[in-house]
Amino acid sequence: MITLTEVLTLSGLLFSIAVAGVFLNRKNVILLLMCIELMLLAVNFNFVAFSRFLGDINGQIFVFFILTVAAAEAAIGLAILVVLFRERRSIDVEDLDSLQG
Amino acid sequence: MLDQYLPILIFMGLAAVLGLALFTIGWFAGPRRPDAQKLSPYECGFEAFEDARMRFDVRYYLVAIIFVVFDLEIAFFFPWAVSLRETGTFGLLAMLVFALLLVVALVYDYRKGALEWD
Amino acid sequence: MNAFSVAAFNSGLTLATPEIFLGLAGCGILLLDLLIGDERRHWTAALSIAALLITAVLAAGVEVSGPVTALGGMFLVDAMSQALKVVALVIVAVVFVYSIEYMRHRGILKGEYFVLGLFATLGILVLISAASLVTVYLGLELLSLCLYAMVAFDRDSGRAAESAIKFFVLGSLASGTLLYGMSIIYGVTGSLELGTIAAAVQGGLATNIGLLFGIAFLIVAIGFKFGAVPFHMWIPDVYEGSPTCVTLFVGSAPKIAAFALAMRLLVDGLGGAHVDWGQMLVVLSVLSMAVGNVVAIAQTNLKRMLGYSTISHVGYILLGILAGTSQGYQSAMFYTITYVIVAAGSFGMILLLSRHGFEADRIEDFKGLNARSPWFAGMMAIFMFSLAGLPPFIGFWAKLGVIQAVLGINAVWLAVVAVLFSVVGAFYYLRVVKMMYFDEPVDAARIDGSPLMRAVLSANALLVLLLGIAPGALLVVCAHALP
Repeated sequence: MITLTEVLTLSGLLFSIAVAGVFLNRKNVILLLMCIELMLLAVNFNFVAFSRFLGDINGQIFVFFILTVAAAEAAIGLAILVVLFRERRSIDVEDLDSLQG
Repeated sequence: MLDQYLPILIFMGLAAVLGLALFTIGWFAGPRRPDAQKLSPYECGFEAFEDARMRFDVRYYLVAIIFVVFDLEIAFFFPWAVSLRETGTFGLLAMLVFALLLVVALVYDYRKGALEWD
Repeated sequence: MNAFSVAAFNSGLTLATPEIFLGLAGCGILLLDLLIGDERRHWTAALSIAALLITAVLAAGVEVSGPVTALGGMFLVDAMSQALKVVALVIVAVVFVYSIEYMRHRGILKGEYFVLGLFATLGILVLISAASLVTVYLGLELLSLCLYAMVAFDRDSGRAAESAIKFFVLGSLASGTLLYGMSIIYGVTGSLELGTIAAAVQGGLATNIGLLFGIAFLIVAIGFKFGAVPFHMWIPDVYEGSPTCVTLFVGSAPKIAAFALAMRLLVDGLGGAHVDWGQMLVVLSVLSMAVGNVVAIAQTNLKRMLGYSTISHVGYILLGILAGTSQGYQSAMFYTITYVIVAAGSFGMILLLSRHGFEADRIEDFKGLNARSPWFAGMMAIFMFSLAGLPPFIGFWAKLGVIQAVLGINAVWLAVVAVLFSVVGAFYYLRVVKMMYFDEPVDAARIDGSPLMRAVLSANALLVLLLGIAPGALLVVCAHALP
């Protein structure tokens, strides 16, 4: 039997990996998008686990909405990325430095 | 116990017969004029054997964006479909509103030319 | 969760008439915009403005006596939600009026700007009326996703795309953090409804370590959406990088949404844990006032300067919320509303001065404005005096309100810090006024702009002046909204 603690530990680890990925990644914006997606999936894991252990279906319904919004978010992220690539011919994080002050 | 699976057996049988029938009809009735493009494994402009790290045409991203959004909406249809008996007319109307919103998005994509390749 | 009933749901729909109307109008305008040519694009703008004003009338007309929840416990209408909705809708309509000329000059007068703006406004309305974590999240995301797209919508600007990607990555990070906090609060309290969560927190969960953990995540997200230090990194870049019409949008109505987000989550849901989140907000508030006011002095770009100015004003809004008293909430609401009105006017001035191929977004571009147009120099002076918080302008009453609120909880040192930094902050606003009146104009072009825009901008400034002389009416509205 899997306990709640085990599930929460796993989702906590996934979430931390995702956050670390956003801050440590110095190469490619696509990787940032993947980290954000991983983050939302870790949260979904949390919600499903709590929903299961509380015996309350609402948490799982929330997961549906999070999944949909995550898809919309990925779509907008990709769209912005395409615009950026057309302008700069590069999607490296290090090239994002024209705005400073 | 096992007889519960009988419908599935019938279903598989039908699927096999239908698949074979369509394949056979196509084999005998269809014209066959092969050229280099048609014989390639994927008729989509990609070489089958190439460096996996090649650059994708930016238009693929556009298709991916549209796909991702519409694909996920299906997730709402599954719970709706299995609970339609309980939700009744209200559920039907609610889903109609949802589907109409998707149609608005589809019409927008279509008119903007996002669904055309060139 | 109460049992679901179709009849109750349908009767709840009447409470959501403004949202439903705005959603339908957004879809309708999106389809209509496909049918008309580029030369008639101003129709889209006119229809959008009309839709916003009709929605504002509908929102004001929803009759409720006291807070009512509807739609299966997801949706809440109370006096605060009605007041905030009307302000947000009118402000967005004003923003659209200011934007038309600017976009026409740059060839980016596209229907998408208005439709995205309408849907972002819908997100704000949903967030304002949220009674459950689900509606809070969905409203916030509808707003944020539209804003990301709006920032990038000038596709020929690399700077806009760069600021959009920064905004997007940091914003998504904040959304993820918010969700993680929500999931923990759901696990601890066992409910997604803010009312039930509040009852559970009152019932002895306030010292629960898990709850504290969840609150910390929520504070990070709220700090980000407000743009409070240390989660402010996106504000200057987005303000400077986006087209000015988008800066105007991002800098005005979403502040109301951020205020509603904080009120719904922290006060409606976690009011019983005020000791915990109050302390966290103290840190954000003091840092925001300090960093915002000090860094703004060094700016040469007016949009960037107003970005840092936003950060400092957020510090004052948080000051009111962290007080945790109804006096504090009222003063924070008053501050938010007045700030949004003044911010819309200040960005409106940049839009008025800009023309084809000239952005007017450097502070020097305002040099000698008095010689070019004494009337609009006067308007700009009103906005700057108000932002600086000089009496008798509206910003003074707003600052006075939040400072009184922190004095009400005996946090004298916070009040001293607030006064100190508002003195520092006055410097850079007054520098703009000095340039307008005492420097020679470098740019002698005539100030045009459509008569409608000039009229609305003048009305905006006169409203600021009027509210400064007689702030009583708005104070009564805020007191009524948050008793």
